[in-house]
Order: sequence, then C-alpha cells, then structure tokens
Amino acid sequence: MNKGNHPSVETRRPDRAALIIAVVLAVIAGLIFWDVSRLTGLAGYSQIGPTTVPYVIACCLVGLAVWTAIEAVRGDFGHEREHQESGPVLWIVGGLAAQMLLLNTLGFSIATGILFAMTARGFGKRMLWLTVPVGIAFSFVVWLIFAKLLQLSLPAGPLERLFF
Amino acid sequence: MGTFDFLLQGLLVAVQPMNLIYALIGVTLGTAVGVLPGIGPALTVALLLPVTYKLDPGGSLIMFAGIYYGGMYGGSTTSILLNTPGESSSIVTALEGNKMARAGRGGPALATAAIGSFVAGLIATLALAFIAPYIVKLALVFGPREYFALMVLAFVTVSSAFGDSTLRGLTSLFIGLTLACIGIDQLTGQTRLSFGVPDLLDGIEVTTLAVAMFAIGETLYIAAQGDRGPDKVEAVKGSVWMSAMDWARSWKPWLRGTAIGFPIGAMPAGGAEIGTFLSYATEKRLTKHPEEFGNGAIEGVAGPEAANNASAAGTLVPLLTLGLPTTATAAIMLAGFQQYGLQPGPLLFATNPQLVWGLIASLLIANFMLLVLNLPLIGLWVKLLTIPKPWLYAGILLFATLGTIGANPSVFELGMLLAFGLLGYVMRVFGYPIAPVVVGLILGPLAEQQLRRALSISQGDITVLFTSPIAAVLLVIAALALIVPLILRARGRGQVLAQLAASED
Repeated sequence: MNKGNHPSVETRRPDRAALIIAVVLAVIAGLIFWDVSRLTGLAGYSQIGPTTVPYVIACCLVGLAVWTAIEAVRGDFGHEREHQESGPVLWIVGGLAAQMLLLNTLGFSIATGILFAMTARGFGKRMLWLTVPVGIAFSFVVWLIFAKLLQLSLPAGPLERLFF
Repeated sequence: MGTFDFLLQGLLVAVQPMNLIYALIGVTLGTAVGVLPGIGPALTVALLLPVTYKLDPGGSLIMFAGIYYGGMYGGSTTSILLNTPGESSSIVTALEGNKMARAGRGGPALATAAIGSFVAGLIATLALAFIAPYIVKLALVFGPREYFALMVLAFVTVSSAFGDSTLRGLTSLFIGLTLACIGIDQLTGQTRLSFGVPDLLDGIEVTTLAVAMFAIGETLYIAAQGDRGPDKVEAVKGSVWMSAMDWARSWKPWLRGTAIGFPIGAMPAGGAEIGTFLSYATEKRLTKHPEEFGNGAIEGVAGPEAANNASAAGTLVPLLTLGLPTTATAAIMLAGFQQYGLQPGPLLFATNPQLVWGLIASLLIANFMLLVLNLPLIGLWVKLLTIPKPWLYAGILLFATLGTIGANPSVFELGMLLAFGLLGYVMRVFGYPIAPVVVGLILGPLAEQQLRRALSISQGDITVLFTSPIAAVLLVIAALALIVPLILRARGRGQVLAQLAASED
C-alpha cells in the first residue's frame, strides 16, 4: 500500500469524481450531527432515544466517506463510466422543472404536455410543433380518465375549465 | 383448520368477479412493464400506489402481486426477441434465448419460458401456501431483537453481498437510511432532519423516492447514452409450439429451476437474479448437449425462467409472514400494505386471513391468466417492443409524475421528485445500486423501532441483542454476508459476485 508515494503514481491518478462523492457523504454526516445535536437530553431511561440511530448512521457515513476517499486516491474506485451526453439530460430536467412550475397555473394537461414534448426532444424528436400538441392532447385524455373517472385530484387549468 | 381449508376459502375470495378483474389488470400491466425495457414491476407498483389508495385493499394487493408475477413473465419476451433484458432477472435468459430466436427457434424459446414460468409459479405458490403457516408459528417466538437481527441481515444481503462493490452497496443503503430519518420520530414526536420545512415533517414519501429513482433516473440515464440506433427485434418465426423433443428437454430444467429459485427467493438474499444464475450454471453442467450452450440451448431458457418465477413467489414468504421485504418490488408492496394500515406478519394471518389467503389463491389464478396472455397473445406484446423510444419515455415520465401529482400536487413534492431523479441518475452513472436506497427508506424506520424496543426492554443493555440464540445466529450470518464477499473481491474473485448484481428495477 506504500505505492501511493512512488513516482509511478501518474498511472493511477486520484479519482476527482469519487473524491467529490466522499466529500458529499461527509457533508451529509455533518448535517445529521448538526441537526441531531439539538435533540440531546431526551434519551429516556433506556439511554436510547431519537438521536441514537441518526448518530450511528452519521458515523457509518463518515466511515464510508473515508473508504471512498481512500479508493479514490488509490484509483481503484473502479466502475468504468460511459460517456454521458448532457444535452438530452438538460432537456428532460428542463421539462420536469417546467411542469413543476406551471402545474398550478396552467393545469395538468398543458404542464404535462410540455414535459412530454421536452422528454421526446431529449430522445431526438425535434418537432416541438408536433410533440407539444400531441403531449397536451394525450395528457388531457389521461386527466379525463384519472381525475374524472378515478377521482384523483389533478390540478385543473384553463384547458380543463374550458370543458368542465 | 389446515392449509387446504384456508386455501379453499382463499379461492372463494379470489374468484369474486372484482378480484378476478384486479388480477387480470395486474397481470396485463405486469406483462407490459416486463416486456418494456427500462421500467419494471417495482416502478409500476410505486406508480399505482397513489392511484389505488381509495380502492379495496384486497383487490389492490392482488393487483400488485399480479404485476410482480407478470413482470417475471414479460421480461423473458424482451430478452429472447431483443437481447436487451426487460428485467434484471431475465439477463440469463437473453444468453440462450436470443441465440434461439436468431436461429429461427424464437417460438419454442418463448413457449418454454412461458410454460416454465407457469409450472414454477404454480409449484412455488403452493409451496408458499404450505410453508407460510410454519414460518408464522416460528415468527410468533420472535421478539424485537430477533426482528432487528433479521432486518440487519436483509440490509446486508440487499446492499453488499452481491454486486460489484461492497462500498457502493453500503453507501446506497446508508443514503436510504438517512432519508428514512427525515420527519417526526415515531416514539418521541421529535422532528429530525427536517430543517423547519413543514413538507418534510411527514418524511420522504416512498412512492416519490421509488418513482424518481427508478423512472426518472433510468430515463435520464438512457437519454444520456445518446442515439445508438434502433434495437433489432427478432421476428417470431415458425410455430410457437414446442416439439416433443423440446418438451423432453424442458421439463427437468423447469423443476430444477423451481427447486433452486424458490428457497433463494424465500431467504433474505436479495432478488431473483441469483437463482437464475445458479439455475443456468446447473443446467450447463447437467446437459446432454453441452455443445449447444452458448448457441441456443433450450435448457438455458427453461431453467432460469422457472427459477425467476419461483423466486418471485419465494419473496412473498418473508414479506407475508415476517413483513420483511427482500427486493425492491417487495419493499414497495410492503408500502402498499402500510397504506391500508395493514402490517404484514404473523398477526395478519390471524386478524385478516381472508385477505392473505385470498391473495395467495389469486396468485394461482393469475398464473393461468399469464399462461394465456403469454402464449396465444404473444404477438401483442411483441408489438409493444416497436414503440419508438421518444414516445415511450415521454409516456413513462407522464405517468411517473401523474402518481406524485395525484398524491400531493405541490411544487415541493415535484421538486423532490426531480431532485431524487437526478440523484438516481448520478448513482447510475457511478455504478451505485438503486434497490438498497428504497429498501433502506422502507425498512429503516421498522428496524429502528425494533432496536429501540429491544433496548428499552433491556434498559439500554446492548448485549441483549446477541444473547438470544436466534438473533445471534442471524447476526453472524449477516456478518458473514458482509465479510466473505469483501474477502472474495480482495482476492480477485469479485467477477462472479458482480454478475450476480441485484440491480432490480
């Protein structure tokens, strides 16, 4: 294991992404410690209270963070990552964000239709003039089935109020 | 009353028209999601949870179990015709099945998979009915510490015993356990990890997490692979019927697959995949036609397909008798029980026998339905494989968000859906398994409850966890399941374990 200081370390560079994961795990552990420290003194007579299990989990997360960091530095975190294209991911995330923000003003059908079209765009269907209307029509049918037939509460917007 | 009487009573419940309809919906949906690559039974049950919570509990649970069984049948179709497993438990089927399809023997491959699934499903469901009462009796002597030990065992097997890295499995599990802490503590009413956000007081919704991790994470991951050109669907050439020779070569693998799959599903060993690999290895060793293995041997389809269905039934043993889920689908079915205020376990057999035995009996009926759906109607399912990807995934996201909006149409909930979807995507990119997060979220609070009960009884004495023989044995097995794979991987024998990865979607 002393190879870490050897000049030949160039072939095994520290894994940046894995190091970031280690830091994130440590930060989560820190958050748990910080939050749960407010609750001390409530352990009760069994000396085991609401804080015990979170503390154990936080300690394990610290351990896992250290383990990840060691593997990152030694370069054997392993797992080959395939090339990821960011364009499609951004389209779909954008679609989900648009649906989230528009849902309560424009209603289920329009907001979900936009999500539908942007997801299709992420998978290579570029014709938004076609996919947006198709998505809205399809979402409206779904809204009819679930909101009217199955009594699920899906927010209505201008389009839904036009008909009901 | 004996098992037979209970089972007969269950059949009476199961043949009620409404329950038959629920079973039919379940197996049809299950077959469809099994056939479609990218979505699986865990996700489908999660999507349906919010939709069904106003329906009758018995009927909904019958539907969920039908989805689970149907997913196991449908996965084989995709493996054989597309060489892309629809389910992780169908990976092995693709090895021989796709070769058979390319050689123009797709029909017999589909037939042996469907009939093998039927035989295995039938035998394993009967085995479930006869074993369950004994385990229930055993479970009655279980106290909090035994339950805690059992859950620790389930945590270890689900997260780290299989797959390519103990570290990543455990990290996934602890992410799930951390999420499980969010909200109001069940015993003292203290808020934990909610940082003053009122929306977090109820904790993280299981459906939100499961839908985000499985549907959105998977969709993002597949989109990020870019356009790799269309997959080639092998046409089903010739007859779907098996020749006498095929029957002669299939029936033994079916029975052996069942015998391997059921116990593995019933043990907290993390999924149907393991049984299929063992069954494949067994058939390869026992076959009289070793030269055909790798080029389309029918035994290599018959055995693993029987094994994966048998283990699906096996998974229901710990779920129904102990309330212990050992796969992601079972974990979400547990959430389904909890949504109706039902806690699976020995008590449920006493307080609600109608429901439990109705569920088991309807699985027998569901098997017959699945045989019909998957042999004469196979052409319909093959058509599903020709849906273009953009429409397919746009539709998946529509239904994924529909479930969450139906349960709670708030911007916050959809924001969590998006955040967990991104988390699921990042975890896939770095090779972290998803199932342990879901199992951790669902089983975490139960394990904490049992631990605190056990320690309250002993007034804080931790040694009490190890002094009961049953608990001690379970914890030793859990420790072995953690340490042995670590040693195997360190000595470069990790390949086998990586192949057994329990990455159920």
